[in-house]
Parts: sequence; structure tokens; C-alpha cells
Amino acid sequence: MDERPVSLTLKLLALAMFVFLLAPLIVVVPISFSGDAYMTFPPTSWSLKWYPAIFKDGTMTAAFWTSIVLACVVTALSLLIALPAAWCLVRLKPRGAEVMSSLFTAPLLLPTIVLGLAILIVFARFGLLATFPGLVAAHLIVTLPYALRVLATALATLPLAVEEAAATLGASPLTVFRRITLPMMKSGLIGTTALCFLVSFDEVVLSLFMTGPRIQTLPVAMYHHVEQQADPLVAALSVLLVVLTLLVVLVVDRTSGLAKTFVK
Amino acid sequence: MSAAAGLAAPIASAPKRGSGFGLAVALLAPIALVNAAGFLLPVLNLARMSFYEVEPTGTMREVYTLATWAKLITDSFYGELLLNSITVSLGITLLTLLCSYPIALYLHRSSGTWKTILLVLVISPLLTSAVVRTYGWIAILSDSGLVNNGLAALGLARIRLMFNQIGVTIGLTEILMPYMILALLAGFGRLDPRIEEAASTLGAPPFTVFRRIILPLTLPGIALGCLLCFVLAVSSFITPKLLGGGRVFLLATEIYDQAIVTLNWPLAATLSLIVLGVFGGALVLYTRALRAIM
Repeated sequence: MDERPVSLTLKLLALAMFVFLLAPLIVVVPISFSGDAYMTFPPTSWSLKWYPAIFKDGTMTAAFWTSIVLACVVTALSLLIALPAAWCLVRLKPRGAEVMSSLFTAPLLLPTIVLGLAILIVFARFGLLATFPGLVAAHLIVTLPYALRVLATALATLPLAVEEAAATLGASPLTVFRRITLPMMKSGLIGTTALCFLVSFDEVVLSLFMTGPRIQTLPVAMYHHVEQQADPLVAALSVLLVVLTLLVVLVVDRTSGLAKTFVK
Repeated sequence: MSAAAGLAAPIASAPKRGSGFGLAVALLAPIALVNAAGFLLPVLNLARMSFYEVEPTGTMREVYTLATWAKLITDSFYGELLLNSITVSLGITLLTLLCSYPIALYLHRSSGTWKTILLVLVISPLLTSAVVRTYGWIAILSDSGLVNNGLAALGLARIRLMFNQIGVTIGLTEILMPYMILALLAGFGRLDPRIEEAASTLGAPPFTVFRRIILPLTLPGIALGCLLCFVLAVSSFITPKLLGGGRVFLLATEIYDQAIVTLNWPLAATLSLIVLGVFGGALVLYTRALRAIM
């Protein structure tokens, strides 16, 4: 499409900036194979001991499972809550649909530090701090706007004629939705699932306000660990997380196209 | 995709009301409930909280007072905190723009699989936890990190890159780059290669083409990216906390400390409202700038 040749200066500049952008992710890989007790770069000796060390660390494994279960629950709830809402706003178009969709996506405009403080104060009154339901509620506040936005876009771009044909042929509205609409918006559903899972799994600011010694998510446990000591354990954990993220991104790219899902 | 949207639009806009007010309420109730309980109510409560009284012992009483606001205005620490937050965030925004522009321009000019790979490389950091990326920066910037061990190997003196503003600036710049790149790319749509070509055919040297054609056409994208990054820089606190090591004082880190460590919620709430005020100011500047550009 673009005929203009890319000049050498731009190529070199872009390369340098890519190195800068990816440096912190690349540098954790060699550190995760360090044999030192403390973090130095380059490591003075090599070993594989930090990977098994993750699984022996009770705090980290507990936090990991909390995060996984939390992300799954939050993703499922986000789909269950946002899908009917998106369908209603796009297909039924009730009065004030636009105002409502901006209201429902407004939490994304608020800085998470302000949102975190706001829910800390309210949730404390209802005894929701450092509880699993409290974490679910806090994460839903940020995943729902994403889910609503992606699903509403997916629904709005579906060709209506197919749904109307099915309805004309006698299918009930629920059958049309289940047999026609849902299969056709598969890529939107996959994108939403991936996005909600990653947003919940990586969420750290709201979780920091909501967790306590009783319950911790993985990013929070890592944050506290790094605050105390930056040993290679976190590097090994980071490598595992980057691999997990890349897997999710690849799945999304294969099934629905990365650009379509994340770049609007 | 656009063809499908075009086909669907006339049918979709046909009024379909009357198919049940009750159904709409039922479908929207769950999301409205989460929104009200997790967003509207807490934020309104935050505004109220900033007027609550705090006794010298630290206990909070539900008595309305302007004491917290008065303290913020009279205590010069908070004035410096605000000024420091704004200047540091502005510096980070500018650096982010300078680092992101070449990548965005290069991405805009590439195509096919190569472009997809590059896009994945840009988006992947965005999907990786800020804690992981900040840890990577600790590995690079700490006293026994990549840069300082490299300097030592060359026989040069070590420099302090962490627990100060340098470290926070470098780390946040990198962390915000994906947002800037995506915002710039969204704004690059107006960049028609034929105009650039025409300019160079007419004898303009590459830098002149950049200054007179490319830069003016991409200004809306630049403005959007800068607004986004400034807002994110003002409110981020994971990276300033870890790379600043408690020695860099910004609005966001102070809100966290007041809320979690000192437990002075009225003060934290008031500082939050000030952050929102800074956001409002940035938004006003952005709309002004956009009107001047367009």
C-alpha cells in the first residue's frame, strides 16, 4: 500500500527505540538462569535453581492460584454481565443508550489510583477488604468496560440480514441469538475473554488497595517481593508470565486477528 | 468489515422499540449495579470524604471541615509535590514522544506479516505487568545492573541510576511507550504517502519533508498521545515506588502512602481530587491545542 521507501535513518532510529522498549523484558531471561543469590547483571554463575524455587515458595504459589482463579471468575462474570448489556444497547437501542454506554465505560477514564482509593473506602465499610468477593468486584469494575466496548463493536458490525432471515423463518429470538449471533461474533468473544483475563491477571493497583496478608494476587506478591529484595526469583517468575502473555496473544491473533481486537 | 457495517447500518437504525422495557431493564441491571456500587457511589463518597475531619490522633470523624483543604494550600510540601508531579510527568511525556515517534512512523510504513510481528512486539509489553517491566529496569539500572557493570568493565565510574528521578523517568518512559505508539498510529491515517512523494519530487530534502509535511499532518496523533501519557504518568505509582525507592515524591505515591500507611483517608481523598483537577486541566489544554491544529 505504501510505496515510500523507508530511509536508513528511520530504520536505525526505530531499531534503537525497539531495543529500548523491549530491554526490560529481554533482560529478565538471562537473569532467570542466574546462579547468584542476589541480582547482578550479567550473572557471575548460571543455574536452573530459580524455576523450581518458585514452586517451593508458598507465598508465590498461593498468590498464583488466587490470581488464576480470580481471573477466570472475573472473565466469566464479565462475559455474563456485559454480553446481555451489549446486546441490549446495540440491538434494542433503549432511550439513552449512548449516555448509558459512556457511563458504563467511564471507570476506564478514572486513574486506577483514584478508583482504588475510592473503592477501598467504600469496601472497607462492608468488610470486603482482603476477601475474594471484594477482589472479584474490584476487578469487574475495570474489566466490564473493556468487555462492553469490544462486544458492542463486535455486535454492531454483524450483518443483520442473517439474523432477520432466521427470524423470518420462524426462529425464536433466543434461538436466533444462540444459533446465529453468538457463532458469528466468535472472534469478538475470544478477544473479550483474552482481554478480561489479562486485565484481571495483571491488575496490580486496585489489587494493592484490596489485598492484605490474608489474600494476595500474584502481581501484588511480586510487588512486595521486589520492594524487599530484587532476587532472580522474580526474574524466573517474570519469564513464565511473559510466556503466558505471549501464548494468549498468539491464540487471539490466530483466532481473530490481533490488530482487529486491540487496535481500534 | 466496513462493507458489512454499511449494510447493517440502515437496518439497525430502524426503530425496534416496544419490544419490552422490562427486558431492557433486566439485561442492563447487572452492569448498572456494578457501575453504581463500584464506581458512582465510591467516587461521590471520595468527594465527601475530603471534607471529613481528622483528629490529631489520626481518627476520622464524620464532621465536615475545610481543614484538609486548608492544610494542602498552606503547607508548601504539597505545593512542591504538585509542581514536581507535573514537571516530571511533562518531561516523561516529551521523552516518550521522542522515543515512540520513530517506531510509529516505521510501523506505519511497513506492511504484511512484518507489520503484524512489529505490532505484537509493541502490544506485548502493554499486556505484561508493570511489576515485571519495572523489575527488568531494576536489573538494568541498579548498582549491580547492566549499565553500571558495563561502565565498570570499561573502567568508568558507576553512576546512580536508581532511587532517584532519573530511574523513575527512564522506567516510566518505556512503560508508557506502547500507549503513545498506538495513539500516534491512530493519528497517522491522514498521512498520505503521495503528498510526501510530491514534496520530495519537487526537490525537498528529507528533513524538510518531515518538518513541513509529516510533522504537521501527525500533530493530532501527537496531541492525543501526549494527553494519554501525561495522564498516565501523573497517576502511575508502581514504577515510581519501586524505582524511586521512597525517595521520589509524586502525587500518586503520596495518595497510596496516605491511604495505606498513614491511614489519613481525607488527605488521600483530597489529593485524589487534585489529581482529577490536573486531569481536567490537561483535557482543557488538549482541546485547545486540537482546535489550534485542525
